[in-house]
Amino acid sequence: MSNATAAAPASIERPDTVDGGWKREEIAARAARDIPDGSYVNLGMGIPQLVADYLDPAREVFLHSENGILGMGGAPPEDEIDVDMTDAGKRPVTIVPGGAVFDSSDSFAMIRGGHLDLAVLGAMEVSVRGDIANWTAPGRTPGVGGAMDLVLGAKSVWVLMTHCDRKGGPKLVPACTLPLTGPRVVRRVVTNLGVFEPAEDGFTALELAPGISEETVIRNTGAPVRFAAR
Amino acid sequence: MINKIRGSALELMEMIPSGSSIAVGGFGVTGVPMDLCDALCELDRRDLHIVANNAGIDPRGVGRLAEEGRIRKFTGSFPSNKEFHRRLLAGEIEVELVPQGTLAERLRAAGAGIPAFYTPTSAGTDLALGTYPSRYDSAGRPLEYMPPKDVRVFDGRPAVLEYALHVDFALVKADRADRLGNVAFRLSARNFNPVAAMAAKTVFVEARHIVEVGELAPDDIHLPGIYVDHVVQSQEGIGR
Repeated sequence: MSNATAAAPASIERPDTVDGGWKREEIAARAARDIPDGSYVNLGMGIPQLVADYLDPAREVFLHSENGILGMGGAPPEDEIDVDMTDAGKRPVTIVPGGAVFDSSDSFAMIRGGHLDLAVLGAMEVSVRGDIANWTAPGRTPGVGGAMDLVLGAKSVWVLMTHCDRKGGPKLVPACTLPLTGPRVVRRVVTNLGVFEPAEDGFTALELAPGISEETVIRNTGAPVRFAAR
Repeated sequence: MINKIRGSALELMEMIPSGSSIAVGGFGVTGVPMDLCDALCELDRRDLHIVANNAGIDPRGVGRLAEEGRIRKFTGSFPSNKEFHRRLLAGEIEVELVPQGTLAERLRAAGAGIPAFYTPTSAGTDLALGTYPSRYDSAGRPLEYMPPKDVRVFDGRPAVLEYALHVDFALVKADRADRLGNVAFRLSARNFNPVAAMAAKTVFVEARHIVEVGELAPDDIHLPGIYVDHVVQSQEGIGR
């Protein structure tokens, strides 16, 4: 660890959006690199879905879909779409050899019972303690889906998201202001600016995206950031 | 002799009065009993309490029930249908928002004779604290909130008390069914269908294919006939 622990400045001047660093696909690829061989993984909506495209073919990773699939494969060609085979986002998918199907109560027994190694989810806010807010915000249509089951049930939770919201405000925060999905569950966050871990009194930056300075990270993070050796 | 095969979806849905509670299988558009939902609409059934994962993303199924204003109360996890939301904020619908795994387990518990259970899911969130609106007035202001859930701590971890979710009727979509009411599903179309059937007093199955007794191998029966009351041929299976 370097000794560069820096408090967030009291008055933060932010650009409208943070465009620098990794693109969505690169965030997904960075996360995919760290998913171990033999893992059972659930991928949430948004950037997490892209992780499927970047998994190392040399590793056997089984994707879980909460509507009742273990061993979910990619999208089928147009002429091979099966109306009985969709993912939790209602898109047509395939199943890999050795894959299994089951009903919703079994699917959530796997999740709630702690059998899933990893849930990779999107989020609107992540706090220094690892709290996550990702299911609703004012004005949204109602819907919780499997978010609350996943954050508490999976052995580990990673969040993939943009570092700032659309108005340029930080999504890595001292405490969540949006309705909580679950407390103290997030182990790792990958954003366009780098790889981070909640560290109780702030965030630890494990890695920065190419061309991103410590100063950019500090300016766009709502809590203190400590920088691990690069 | 047992024969649960019936003539038409309309004939079956005649048995469901307005105001009933109905669990509907399916997830998104997969495994949704479309003919049975259409028949409910054609018979002009109203004030329904619908229990389903989604409020429909399709002009048919639960989506049609929502579009036509036939739902009085919705219990489920993801009713992110625009018309549903409009009616909710106009004070026309009551919502009980339930995490997806809790929804499946509450239905299963109802069918398995378990009155209630504890789960860590939703502990400490708006869905458990009594801070999530269940009804709005006509101006879109919260009128009532979902009740707070009882909490107990197990091994240092808080868990909330959830009750079995009993319903009057269930509408189920099967791939294959026989006259005994044995049902086989296909791939991800199984989803909420078995637990919906377990939770209901009376169960209606819409099957893509009606098969002879014995055609479904014992290992391939996902929902045994003991849970099923009525089976009808789905229009989707005609001509296949």
